[in-house]
Amino acid sequence: MLIFLQQLINGLTTGTLFALIAIGYTMVYGIIELINFAHGDLFMLGAFLALTIVTKLGLEHAGPAGAVAGITLTFAICMVFCALLNFAQDRIVYRPLRNAPKLTPLVSAIGVSFVFMGLGQIWKGVADINFPDVIPNRNLLGNSELRFTAKDLLVILVTVPLMAGLTVFVRFTKLGKAMRATAQNPIASRLMGIDVDRVIGWTFAIGGLLAGAASVIYGLTINTVSFQMGYQNGLYAFTAAVLGGIGNLPGAMLGGIVIGLVRSLGSQYVGEQWTSALVFGILILLLVFRPSGLLGARTREKV
Amino acid sequence: MNAFLRLAVAFLFVVAPFASAQESSVIKIVSSFPRTGSAKNQTDSIVYGITMAFEEAGWKSGSFTIKFEDLDDATAAAGQWTAEKEAANADQAIKDADVMIYIGTYNSGAAKVSMPKLNQANMLMISPANSWPGLTKPGKGDQGEPEKYRPSGKINYVRVVPADDIQGVVSADWALKLGLKKVFILDDREVYGKGIADLFHARADELKDQGLTVLGHEGIDAQAQEFKPLMTKIKAKGPQLIYFGGTTQTKAGQLVKDMLAVGLDAKFMCPDGCFEEAFIDSAGADNLEKRALITFGGLPPEKLTGKGGAFVANYKKKYGKDPEGYAVYGYECGKVALEAVRRAGKKDRDAIRAAGLTIKNFDGALGKWSFDKNGDTTLRTMSGNTVKGGKFTFETLLGED
Repeated sequence: MLIFLQQLINGLTTGTLFALIAIGYTMVYGIIELINFAHGDLFMLGAFLALTIVTKLGLEHAGPAGAVAGITLTFAICMVFCALLNFAQDRIVYRPLRNAPKLTPLVSAIGVSFVFMGLGQIWKGVADINFPDVIPNRNLLGNSELRFTAKDLLVILVTVPLMAGLTVFVRFTKLGKAMRATAQNPIASRLMGIDVDRVIGWTFAIGGLLAGAASVIYGLTINTVSFQMGYQNGLYAFTAAVLGGIGNLPGAMLGGIVIGLVRSLGSQYVGEQWTSALVFGILILLLVFRPSGLLGARTREKV
Repeated sequence: MNAFLRLAVAFLFVVAPFASAQESSVIKIVSSFPRTGSAKNQTDSIVYGITMAFEEAGWKSGSFTIKFEDLDDATAAAGQWTAEKEAANADQAIKDADVMIYIGTYNSGAAKVSMPKLNQANMLMISPANSWPGLTKPGKGDQGEPEKYRPSGKINYVRVVPADDIQGVVSADWALKLGLKKVFILDDREVYGKGIADLFHARADELKDQGLTVLGHEGIDAQAQEFKPLMTKIKAKGPQLIYFGGTTQTKAGQLVKDMLAVGLDAKFMCPDGCFEEAFIDSAGADNLEKRALITFGGLPPEKLTGKGGAFVANYKKKYGKDPEGYAVYGYECGKVALEAVRRAGKKDRDAIRAAGLTIKNFDGALGKWSFDKNGDTTLRTMSGNTVKGGKFTFETLLGED
């Protein structure tokens, strides 16, 4: 029972991380039907920036107050950086292709992904790099056998408000409404006076913002970064988005958590080497019976 | 036949032989290693070692001028070696009539791809780093090994590094000697990693009556980013040692971190695939202190004496940094290549291949050694290393009996 609880904690913490990245995929898909393959690599660049900042500030040896201030600053910088980069990516690469056939931006996204990976390689080299251990690995539950560390707490503290904030934003603000409208029908939205390109730009920026947050959390809790991390995490995040129903926000969150749990419980009860097979096996099964994903809406009629 | 065609035919029969005759004093040697991806530091060091061997000989062996080409068997997208790239490298070497010797590979899995190709071309292949026993030793690998790598029936593959049937065994012996009796074994499910972990496992089973217990053995997904669930499961079994058959590239560093993250206080032992600075960089020096035990198929650079010691000193002078563990093996491969050409005395792949296999009592940087009938080195000495102050530190000699 204890182990089961422990694996639930493990699964939830990695799952919410996948969820944060998955939101970036799902938002962009929801609005322009583009699978932005470069999203995972954007996340990687964010993590590299976080590593640079944390090392420059010497947070590893800073006191508790300094560490908290430093981490907050790192979050702010990385989130803004990823948001701007994602926005720029849309402005430079995807916007000129807005009316091109669907495959064109898709292939461009793969290209951008390689460009980002190349930049990462030049920036930090090819080997796995240790991310300094800023947050203590102490068990917050005292001497209990069950471990819930400060790192686990950080994940919850950052991801839950971000997701809640995003949900509120999309549901209740004017821009959120414009996003939903654009997702539903871009032409009609434009006729109604919505600046569709601006709305799409914001969507990219928000997706980037969350990827930036995810990248800092990743560095602080997993403690290894490499230029390939974007590919693997991106793959899981994309799977989470599809599992939850691509284009659906709560779906992406749910999908991420499901994947995290399948990985941790699968490792415990089935075997570590089967975890990836389990994740994708479940995905296939689900898509057979529910092609639109867990929470996805029934396929819209597109004229 | 018009005049132009006549001229062309004349050129083919009269001039062309002279052109190639001039080239016949040049022998090309290629190497194939993962030159992109996270093994790059290690393979840089190996290639530097090979280059130094050729430089010291003045790019000459006998009457031949040596040319060297450094091929990459990895892709940036994969981040490590791929079968396609390795096969393409072997094909490229075979098609180029000047190429006489193929130095490589780094990964045992890659050698499985290129060995049969090069074997049919009678090309001598020298590896500084492959340690899967099945590549050379009958009965020590899988069914059909090593014959399936030798379609021509001749032996064309030699290695200057001891194979894992020795390393796996001495690792288990070392664990017992250190009193680490409860062991959980992990491997990366690759040829090298799983191979050595299985050998460790078999030896541990033999040592059962002396108290060595294997609590479990699992393969990991080397593409995974973190292993906390796995470590949570292992922690419940209470091991004193985790043995990982794998490399830096297959997440050895992350395993150590996640072991600590779930509060599992045990030692971590891994083979020579982790004996590189990149392992310390990726795992974090503090995490390895007094925890990591790394075996290596030979002496660490700072313990080399004689010609090996001189190599390390020259390397530091030339490149301004310490050589990685495999650099000296690269250097030795270069030396062996030159010796094979010298012994053969002619530019002929099969003659050079046969000459390479006759090398006995070779006085090289690794000491005095020979190739046995399978093409294996007769060296058996291994070292056990720890990490102190962020550096590999020699701890003990292994397998000296």
